[in-house]
Amino acid sequence: MTARARPLVLTLRARPEQRLDLSPLVPDRLVGMTEAEIAAIELQTTRTRVTVGDAFRLRMGNAEHICIEQACDRLDQIGQGMSDGEIFVDGDVGSQAGRLMTGGRLTIRGNAGPWAASGLRAGIIEITGNGGDHLGGPLAGETVGMRGGVVIVRRNAGARTGDRMRRGTILVEGAAGPWAGSRMIAGTLIARRQVGALPGYLMRRGTLILGDGAEEFSPTFVDCGTHELLALRLLAEFVNQYSKALTTILRRPLRRLAGDMAATGKGEIFTRI
Amino acid sequence: MRAMRAVTVNGVRIDDTFAEAFPMRATGVVITADSAQWARQAAITMTGFATSVIGCGCEAAIDRALSPKETPDGRPGCRVLLFAVSTTELQKQLTGRVGQCVLTSPGSACYAGLNGTETLKLGNALRYFGDGWQISKRFGEKHFWRIPVLDGEFLCEATTGLTKTAVGGGNLLIMAASARRALAAAEAAARAIEKIPDVITPFPGGIARSGSKVGSKYKTLRASTNDAYCPTLRGAVNSALDDDVGSVLEIVIDGLTAAAVAAAMRAGLAAIAKLGAKRGALRVGAGNYGGKLGPHHFRLKELLP
Repeated sequence: MTARARPLVLTLRARPEQRLDLSPLVPDRLVGMTEAEIAAIELQTTRTRVTVGDAFRLRMGNAEHICIEQACDRLDQIGQGMSDGEIFVDGDVGSQAGRLMTGGRLTIRGNAGPWAASGLRAGIIEITGNGGDHLGGPLAGETVGMRGGVVIVRRNAGARTGDRMRRGTILVEGAAGPWAGSRMIAGTLIARRQVGALPGYLMRRGTLILGDGAEEFSPTFVDCGTHELLALRLLAEFVNQYSKALTTILRRPLRRLAGDMAATGKGEIFTRI
Repeated sequence: MRAMRAVTVNGVRIDDTFAEAFPMRATGVVITADSAQWARQAAITMTGFATSVIGCGCEAAIDRALSPKETPDGRPGCRVLLFAVSTTELQKQLTGRVGQCVLTSPGSACYAGLNGTETLKLGNALRYFGDGWQISKRFGEKHFWRIPVLDGEFLCEATTGLTKTAVGGGNLLIMAASARRALAAAEAAARAIEKIPDVITPFPGGIARSGSKVGSKYKTLRASTNDAYCPTLRGAVNSALDDDVGSVLEIVIDGLTAAAVAAAMRAGLAAIAKLGAKRGALRVGAGNYGGKLGPHHFRLKELLP
């Protein structure tokens, strides 16, 4: 959170009895609203009405910068559809954090639930803890997952990270679960530690960079040899602004696996030699 | 025909005249390679046969060499500028030259060399060489194409900038007693102009010995020798030359802006004046069409050191 503007602070009073939908609490919508108007916004996901005022203590400030304190994993869809501004969350969050964001920055100082960054179009999401399953992936019925932007996970990500990803960059400083980059259409996913089995399962295009390999590679990926490519050097420059830890794995020769040959085979996995 | 001589600097007579220049379309690319030698080789090959839009389709040359710190991939490089009379022709020249001369050069990569709201296709036009194996990569706002080639991959930025406010046709006519002295003065001017950013001198070594006039007695020719400045025709035509002038060379300057062209002409004039009349030029003039055709007029008097 930048120091230049006093943020709008929402402090969770207590762990809510029902899951709350925090998608209305985005800077684009709150800018210009009074404290009473914000307090009256409904967040419930059941028949029992819960407003912002019921769930949170408010401290008014510049709504372009929102700070959610003492968050918990019952707070879903934080930052959904955000197009500008900044949201800082202190604590864990529930599912679909940053879903369909088109700009701005969402920082979660804690763990994220499933489908964080689902359908992300642009903007930056940083998760200092663990990302859940389906990070950047589509919801049921959707054909495309993340379509742009950058997601940084400082610890580990769950299963099917980057599922059906179309564009953008996912940076995981720890490990990712099984099927990382499954059904990937394009984009870039980098994981520093060993990922689970079958990365790139049925991927069509796109790039996975696995600093420490995978528990098991699919036999439908074929070895294309060891290379030191210029594109990875440029990628390292880009990644360096978000994660210094990940740049080191990009600045050395890597083994290129092409696949998934069970799909179009135009994807690639770079891994240690 | 002879222009009024207004000023003499270090023995060099500077005509009271102006260079008349025209709006052009321009673009730029940055070429890198594993060594400065190979980056320059690719750039020289790409800018071959690009001296004049009259016969080459475009005017192109190396703007300047780039250190590894100045290039996107941290390797040595060159910035090349291309100028043409239309956007369509510029796109055609860019695609053809990068495709045939940079893509083919060992270890090369090609990036946008100009920022602009309007763009030309770079990798977006060349990607098809990958025959389906090309890979699109977006890093933030930057979009690249990776094209598999025999030595690895050709990395090429998707687009580069286009400017429609470039200026072509800044010039200096260097008149000396002998060919040797004219060349000495022209070389000094070309070296000085090399240091000015955002301009090129597209002729061989930055110097043209066949300055032209518009049209010809032959209907098919768009340009022909500028007989008024040919020393061997001094007595036969309405010559612009004094009796002491035995040789003339021309420097043609294209720039991304009028200010860049003016800076280049100023640097060239200063270098010619510094060399002096005894070792170099006796007189400096500039080519124009009476001021009726081109909107940019660069008066030599205003550019004097």
